[in-house]
Amino acid sequence: MTGSLAGALAGTVTHAAAVTTLPAVGVQRLAWLLLAFPTAGATILLLGGRRTNAWGHLVGCAMSLAAFGYGVIAFAAMLGYPAGQRGREVQVYTWIPAIGRFHANIGLLLDPLSICFVLLITGVGSLIHIYSIGYMSHDPERRRFFGYLNLFITAMLLLVLADNYVALYAGWEGVGLASYLLIGFWQFKPAAAVAAKKAFVANRVGDAGLSLGIMLMFATFGSVSFAGVFSAAHQASATTITAIGLLLLLGACGKSAQLPLQSWLLDAMEGPTPVSALIHAATMVTAGVYLIVRSAPIFNLSANARLLVTIVGAATLLFGAIIGCAKDDIKKALAGSTMSQIGYMMLAAGLGPAGYALAIAHLLSHGFFKAGLFLGAGSVKHAMNDDVDMRRFGGLATAMKITFVTFTFGYLAIIGVPPFSGFFTKDPIIEAAFDQGGTSGAILGTAALIGAGITGFYMTRVLLLTFTGKRRWEDDRHPHEVSTVMTSPMVILAIGSLGAGGFLMIANRLIGFLRPVVGTPPPSHGFFAPLSWLTLALVLVGAGIAWVMYSRREVPVTAPRGSFVTVAARKDLYGDALNESLLMRPGQWLTRLAVYFDNRGLDGIVNTIAATMGGLSGRVRRVQTGFVRSYALSMLVGALLLVGALLLVQL
Amino acid sequence: MISPANYVALAAILFVIGGVGVLVRRNALVVFMCVELMLNAVNLAFVAFARLHGDLTGQVIAFFVMVVAAAEVVVGLAILTSIFRARRSASVDDANLLKY
Repeated sequence: MTGSLAGALAGTVTHAAAVTTLPAVGVQRLAWLLLAFPTAGATILLLGGRRTNAWGHLVGCAMSLAAFGYGVIAFAAMLGYPAGQRGREVQVYTWIPAIGRFHANIGLLLDPLSICFVLLITGVGSLIHIYSIGYMSHDPERRRFFGYLNLFITAMLLLVLADNYVALYAGWEGVGLASYLLIGFWQFKPAAAVAAKKAFVANRVGDAGLSLGIMLMFATFGSVSFAGVFSAAHQASATTITAIGLLLLLGACGKSAQLPLQSWLLDAMEGPTPVSALIHAATMVTAGVYLIVRSAPIFNLSANARLLVTIVGAATLLFGAIIGCAKDDIKKALAGSTMSQIGYMMLAAGLGPAGYALAIAHLLSHGFFKAGLFLGAGSVKHAMNDDVDMRRFGGLATAMKITFVTFTFGYLAIIGVPPFSGFFTKDPIIEAAFDQGGTSGAILGTAALIGAGITGFYMTRVLLLTFTGKRRWEDDRHPHEVSTVMTSPMVILAIGSLGAGGFLMIANRLIGFLRPVVGTPPPSHGFFAPLSWLTLALVLVGAGIAWVMYSRREVPVTAPRGSFVTVAARKDLYGDALNESLLMRPGQWLTRLAVYFDNRGLDGIVNTIAATMGGLSGRVRRVQTGFVRSYALSMLVGALLLVGALLLVQL
Repeated sequence: MISPANYVALAAILFVIGGVGVLVRRNALVVFMCVELMLNAVNLAFVAFARLHGDLTGQVIAFFVMVVAAAEVVVGLAILTSIFRARRSASVDDANLLKY
């Protein structure tokens, strides 16, 4: 990237930051309701105890829906304002009163970017709540589950609504906590407990990056509010800005499961399936993308930080796609695809103003189709007695018609077949990567293009293995369509998978809406540029290969050994092995060394002194014989010595 | 008048006899008597010097020593009696349990 380009981008920033936020008026002043509803739900459900068992899930859904309802009202109010005045601030209360120059307010920021997330989180989140009523109906702890879901929604809303980095961080940590509680919801399963811990620890690494970034901002700008940081950003040195950008990227990598902090995401499949849907579609993994896009004025100033974001995104999108190809567990295959799709978003976000809006567009459409796919996988799992091995599925299309159709919609959306969502939101990212120009643009674009082809392969594989071909399940399975309360969210999400992408991207609806926050991207090439056809062709080639491999040929019920690539991908491309050998083992050695030093060194000194004293007194005490006459003799000797000494002094 | 040196010599002899007796005899009763001998040797020295200096302090101390000796004997003999009852022996070497 050339200096002049960076300069031009810096120009865009000042423009974007110049849009001031106004105090909220009217209905938007009640923005705290967004947080209050799910907080109330979580409080009632988690503190209410067993009394709320009977109706707890309804409260959970109602609170989530109420937040969505208010989100729609606030969105409608926002659309009523002219484009430059849509950023509205709501002061909730003073968190830290003025100490010298510093004070911290809790304020909520309603602007086009945050409202997109509010609608996604509460909308898709509510659908997942409703689905969970059916999915968790046999679970004795269903009430607790809904309490955690509401907590998750609260934390995520705080994250996206905060008008400063500290409040954002509070939401960020809340998301980490809620995901920990939900991934480990079935904590009686050791695998789930371990997965929850792993997710928490991997996230802590990212959180450390974010918190250091915030501290660096405070040290540099004396402020942690978005307005304060962004307006002063151009005065800071390039090194500082790059450092802040990289620290924010580290935070984003943790939450969004990007390389090198990706390892928790696949294990997180141990949680109940609605949790996977929530983490992958509406909350959690989108937080990293949000952080990057929200911090656009910082990233605009540092080409190096942006370059690293794109590299991370491109590497992760290939990494996730390759893993997705080899997994026989339907949920893990989908988890690989999430990593891959979030990689696309990061790639787009790293492209600067050319990509911010595209990242958000893909994020929103991904929210629909990925939630739909996960809920579909959940109902398949439900029907197959909690089996997730796709090699034991097959031919489910006839048994589960609604699930099959909604899953297919999600499938067509993710591989990017027009007119489904993915086509409108993924292809522009690939184009924008190529448009970046230079070597980096070519490499990033090629990676994204190849990723699209691989996506076509592994998603077709999932679809074919699960729904078509011979029935490979055992005779005691009786797959059946799930209840209406579970199918209706899937149907709504399928409609979103079909329409969302086109709705957002045609006529630049979303790009225009987000322009005040993230700046103006260059004009697109239109949706049917040659590159789009090339992408589509690659996707079809990938799908064709999958069709040959998994539809034309017999699918063995036990997985064949496979090539070394398959073996590596089954083991998550040795991500865990790498963490283990680079971090875990050296850590263990370090602690063992410390324990050894403690035992032999520090404790050794103390123990030696004690042993010496013990041995010495053991010998000395032999003097106490118990014979009165020897005591008498010692007294006599003592007395004589005393008298002798006295006499000696006197003389 | 007999020279004070004689009194002191007698006191020293009595003290040594008592001391040797305490150290070499095993019978607790005899040990007690030897202790008495040592105390009275000291008393003799006190009284002799009091007489020599024409001062009553030494004589008063001799009375104190007698009182303390009487009290000590009362307690000592009581212990001795109960040990003898328990062990059928008055040897001080046999009562040696209180040790390391």
